[in-house]
Amino acid sequence: MIDDRYELLIIGAGPAGMAAACEAASHGVRVAVLDNQAAPGGQIYRNVDRATNRQNRILGKDFVKGRSLVEQFIQSGGSYFPGSTVWFLDEKRRVGVLIDDKSFFVDADKLLLAAGAQERPMPIKGWQLPGVMTAGAGQILLKSAGMVPNGRLVLAGSGPLLLLLAYQYLQAGVKIDALIETTPRGAISRSLGKLFEALPATDYLLKGVKMMLAVRRAGIPVYHGVEGLSAIGEEKLEAVRFDTGKTGFKKVTDCELRADTLLLHQGVISNIRLPLAAGCEIEWDAGQKNWAVTNDEWGRSSDADIYVVGDGSRISGAEASALQGRLAGMHASHQLGKISESKLEVLSRPVVKSSKRHLSIRPFLDSCYTPSPCYLVPGDDTLVCRCEEITAGEIRQAVRLGCTGPNQVKSFTRCGMGPCQGGQCGSTVSLIIAEQLGKPMAEIGCLRVRPPLSPITLGQLSEA
Amino acid sequence: MKADAIVIGAGIHGCSVALHLARSGIEPVVFEQSYPGRHASGVNAGGVRRLGRHFSEVPLSVAAMKLWWNIRELVDDDCGFESSGQVKVAESETEFELLENRVKSLSLKGYEHEEIITQSELKQRIPAISDHCCGAILCRGDGHAKPFRTVRAFHAASVRAGARFFHGQAVEGIERTGQTWKVTTRDFTCEAPLLINCAGAWGNQIAALLGEPVPLRPTALMLMISERLPHFCTPVVGATNRTLSFKQFGNGTVLIGGGLQGYVDMARQHGHVDITELAVNARTARDIFPLMEKARIVRCWAGIEGVTPDQIPVIGASSTYPDAYHVFGFSAHGFQLGPITGSIISDLVNHQSTELPIEDFAIQRFVNA
Repeated sequence: MIDDRYELLIIGAGPAGMAAACEAASHGVRVAVLDNQAAPGGQIYRNVDRATNRQNRILGKDFVKGRSLVEQFIQSGGSYFPGSTVWFLDEKRRVGVLIDDKSFFVDADKLLLAAGAQERPMPIKGWQLPGVMTAGAGQILLKSAGMVPNGRLVLAGSGPLLLLLAYQYLQAGVKIDALIETTPRGAISRSLGKLFEALPATDYLLKGVKMMLAVRRAGIPVYHGVEGLSAIGEEKLEAVRFDTGKTGFKKVTDCELRADTLLLHQGVISNIRLPLAAGCEIEWDAGQKNWAVTNDEWGRSSDADIYVVGDGSRISGAEASALQGRLAGMHASHQLGKISESKLEVLSRPVVKSSKRHLSIRPFLDSCYTPSPCYLVPGDDTLVCRCEEITAGEIRQAVRLGCTGPNQVKSFTRCGMGPCQGGQCGSTVSLIIAEQLGKPMAEIGCLRVRPPLSPITLGQLSEA
Repeated sequence: MKADAIVIGAGIHGCSVALHLARSGIEPVVFEQSYPGRHASGVNAGGVRRLGRHFSEVPLSVAAMKLWWNIRELVDDDCGFESSGQVKVAESETEFELLENRVKSLSLKGYEHEEIITQSELKQRIPAISDHCCGAILCRGDGHAKPFRTVRAFHAASVRAGARFFHGQAVEGIERTGQTWKVTTRDFTCEAPLLINCAGAWGNQIAALLGEPVPLRPTALMLMISERLPHFCTPVVGATNRTLSFKQFGNGTVLIGGGLQGYVDMARQHGHVDITELAVNARTARDIFPLMEKARIVRCWAGIEGVTPDQIPVIGASSTYPDAYHVFGFSAHGFQLGPITGSIISDLVNHQSTELPIEDFAIQRFVNA
């Protein structure tokens, strides 16, 4: 049974949330953790405590590291509510959560939001066809159900996850018919300037190199710097097409590859719905090209009683997220009077140092994997809002008619009014407007978030 | 700059006033603090009804309805208007009697647009309605429209007719020198012989600048919209003693509201949802439409509206200055009146009188209070 008040209420049982819970509970804080998955681990360590040995071999060593954190979390003694859905959060820190079909309201002295990241939408022409999914979805099916795609498979996009999934599929014996990289040509050489900063995280760099070598050795055709990617088909995906690209040193134009499944990916962006609902300030991170939550070295947002940490504040990776979670957990413990300032100082020092090391790879990775502008700001005939089927052209027309922001565009076009409430289109809409008006993203802003944070039935709302 | 008139506010009433004035040869400048339809006018339930109106509003509402039935002629856009009918259901015999008495009173005044229907007629019209509803008032010809689209249509039509709009321009000062009004905003100054205050929930702030403050309360009125559902209800449905506005659109989504209040943050111009109050609204909707139990609500919001103590608007000439007019304070039921208010102001400006009875809406009632 959930109580109506906790000292520290944590939303998200991924690395940051679990680490914060363990830390705070160890200092005697009354903690509760809400998470929408059936088991702890978040996306990155999804199902890690149930993975078979075979799955562990396929998914790799980093994945298995998550297991010890999950075990620590389960032993930590806080209250944990898996399979719960946070549907309401306001600026008074009041949380509405659905547990087993019933709604409860919970208050907290301190709130910690660690809801992680979502995949950045990759709008290409035809991305709404059945057979086109995301690499993240592919990885979820691999981790939670041991499922792999059938038929001709193409992976396309940019970002470490794409390469990781290719590597994991190879370990599982899946045939990959092509790996298409959409990272702009020269991104890696342009990023070399950041390589020096990244050296403390050499292990990350070596991992990437190892995976790329494995892909090459398997003989998978790899295309680089691909532009004009689109999905072709009538009722479902039949082929993947692109205008230009390079394979090795050879230029390729007007390429068409038959495909049954296309897995798209261009990195992850912070899922900021909860921080926005709680009124936390956000800022545009030009390096990561996404919205980040403004926070201090302890993870405190613009509201001193709300911590926002992990990938849900800005993209940091699993290990850095866990460290941020620990820092927030110990700071909250201090604020709640459980540990002294000097104890906080002593506990935090090694964590801060480790966190810096893990974060040092980010500028290099962000630069390496900068999404290409043509996949951030799509052409007129590409769908932006999948729920309401609104194209980029219609959005541009709305801007020509005088719209200056995404909320106004929404009123004009219905873009963002569907069930996903802007989850898949919000970032794209703001980018299109910014480009057309020549204004910075900070001025354009993002879609207003309103309850419910995920759909709730009228019956459930009636009993709230 | 100079203009023939200055209109403050580009909600439905501001745009309607701008349109009618422009078409009568008086080309206005409109100052809008955000963008047209940003607040109540653009985010309301879209009810277009004569049904259930305060008796003072009935003549205006009946006149406005004639314009709605030919809205395309007025603004060159159908505004998403559907003449789906409206019903006001009784949930008990006592409520049914109340409705019967209302219809009788209206009939005595010469209005026949509201008619009583029995429980079986109601169930025939809307099979999905709960069995406990024992009858209703039906208003054929009433219906609903798309609020934001409507404001856009009025805005575009008034621009075509010669009105000039300035967005993002909140009024900072109003002066009168001789017979000229001078209005200052962040980036502009405009002089004109006429001033019309259509500033909605900010209407009392403008009225106060003219020395005639009105006790207007800004409120945040809540709505919620469902996922797309198979069609089950054509008319708009309201209740008698409970707050409800319930309608299903052509795309299958259901909009539920009626006027329960959230919280207003006037500084940030944002309405917040009060979820406990909204739960009351949800219960009403579920009681009257049991099949909605499993329907998923996708979004709730709260729009900012101005409410007067007697819940009817301020329409008419200023009590302190000549050549100034007010159209605000519609207390959650101004949308349907939009097309007619512009016509009323145009009459007052051009002919010093209007056929429609607007005495009950005079600003004097607050000045003398």
